[in-house]
Amino acid sequence: MFEQLLQAILQGALLGGYYAIIAAGLSLMFGVVRFINLAHGDLSILGALITLSLVQILGLPVLAAIAVMLPLMAVIGWLMHMFLFERAMKGGFLLPILVTIGLGAALQNGMFGIWGSDTRSLGASIGSLAWSSWYLPGGIILGKLPVLIFGTAVIVIGALHLMLKRTGLGRAIRATASDPEAAELCGVDARQVHRAAAAIAVGLAAIAGVFLAMRAQITPYSGPAQLIFAFEAVVIGGIGSLGGTLIGGIILGLSQTLGGLISAQMSLLSGHLVFLGVLIWRICREEKLAHGGWRAGLKAVLGLSSKRRKLASGDLS
Amino acid sequence: MSVLNVNNIICRHGLMTALRGVSLEIHAGEVLCVIGANGAGKTTLMRALAGAHIPDAGQILFQGRDITRQNAHTRVRGGIAMSPEGRRLFADMTVRENLMIAGENGQNGDWTLDRVLTAFPQLVPLIDKQAGGLSGGQRQAAAIGRALMANPDVLLLDEVSLGLSPAAVEGVYASLAEIRDTRVMAMVIVEQDLSRSLAFADRILCMAEGEIKLAGSPADFTKDQITDAYFGIQNEAPADV
Repeated sequence: MFEQLLQAILQGALLGGYYAIIAAGLSLMFGVVRFINLAHGDLSILGALITLSLVQILGLPVLAAIAVMLPLMAVIGWLMHMFLFERAMKGGFLLPILVTIGLGAALQNGMFGIWGSDTRSLGASIGSLAWSSWYLPGGIILGKLPVLIFGTAVIVIGALHLMLKRTGLGRAIRATASDPEAAELCGVDARQVHRAAAAIAVGLAAIAGVFLAMRAQITPYSGPAQLIFAFEAVVIGGIGSLGGTLIGGIILGLSQTLGGLISAQMSLLSGHLVFLGVLIWRICREEKLAHGGWRAGLKAVLGLSSKRRKLASGDLS
Repeated sequence: MSVLNVNNIICRHGLMTALRGVSLEIHAGEVLCVIGANGAGKTTLMRALAGAHIPDAGQILFQGRDITRQNAHTRVRGGIAMSPEGRRLFADMTVRENLMIAGENGQNGDWTLDRVLTAFPQLVPLIDKQAGGLSGGQRQAAAIGRALMANPDVLLLDEVSLGLSPAAVEGVYASLAEIRDTRVMAMVIVEQDLSRSLAFADRILCMAEGEIKLAGSPADFTKDQITDAYFGIQNEAPADV
């Protein structure tokens, strides 16, 4: 039993790496551009399918295929922001949501048109990496692929963090995230910065998509589920924080594998439950801070505050 | 030689007209103080000069080129930098990073991090602190330093002494006086403190209700004339009753 638990914890933590990569792009877009891209999951599947075609049709090695696909996806992200997202953002808060839902639908059906509805996987193209494992003392088995994905997540998020802290582009991104107009007044072209952030975000989504295709089967319609996981990891880890996405991803992965120990159906459900729990806790904590204490805060959340009820009923005599 | 020419610009905020045909000229190396009551249009004028508010009509020429429709970041790269109202520092970044951003994206020139720190010595111990934790005077110094890092030919400073302690105002103006005396950079300063504007500026410009009511050298006007212009009082002959 203990071994099983330890195994689940390790698998869950490693799975968190995958969630962190897909969540990092979503978090970056929200943190810098204040834009929620609901087609993020579909873009990650697009990246995976392009990689698959490069490998299976053109016969490129997987790494070379990724090297070709990543700049392509980054350019797609840049252009999408330039021609679609920027215009959508001018139309208020609802328009970006509608536009990216529409974009997601168009991507899914476009991919269906090109690649068909067959499930596909990169598993067959990466040799023994897909199934081989390390056997640790105590009967612990660690899959090489999950370790590789987790390691990549740590490196990618670490590199992104360093880029934001140390480079001119990173400073421009952070300045724009903090106050776009003040950044403009310092000579930063906020629009270009937003486009660069979109390019990085789509690139991150595509990396995640490739990993998903390596460890599982994908179809053109796999995107929305990935978007939900990404959202959950972002919310658990705290919006706009890169380190938070890694922690959020790990917590989500852990909840899923530990839930899977209870029963197979519990796996996804327990991830959602933990997400909801964290969300409720965050809302309560906000109210606690706003009202000066847990008791008053919880009352406010539950609508027990007499003043608020009076306000709602319009009776304040 | 004039570095900045503003010809009859009109700026609107929705239905409200904030600038009603403002024209002015700024010469290289001179200091122009803009005074006026709240709502006179001072900040809108500064934002129009900086490119943060594109005028609805009129023309702005910088070194002879038309920049009326140019956006803010292009103007910074061309040589117009502004320290905006409210300082607008990047609160979650360090003072050093705040300064570096303007340095990296502005013009090249002799205003470097070292020179800004020499001009504003109060920033030296704060250089690696988060800008969000600074006091009002420190924030103002950092904001002016940030604008200087862009090496502008025209430096726009909005509301220099607003919200600062008298000691902090003194410190900021001591640094500004040194920059003024090099006569390299033109400065446009919005200043609520009338006596300080009169003492510091080569020329003053008094605004009320979106128009320039008075412009010229401080020595040309009596205090009463300036006060009347400040409050938008027209010196008309009293009507016969």
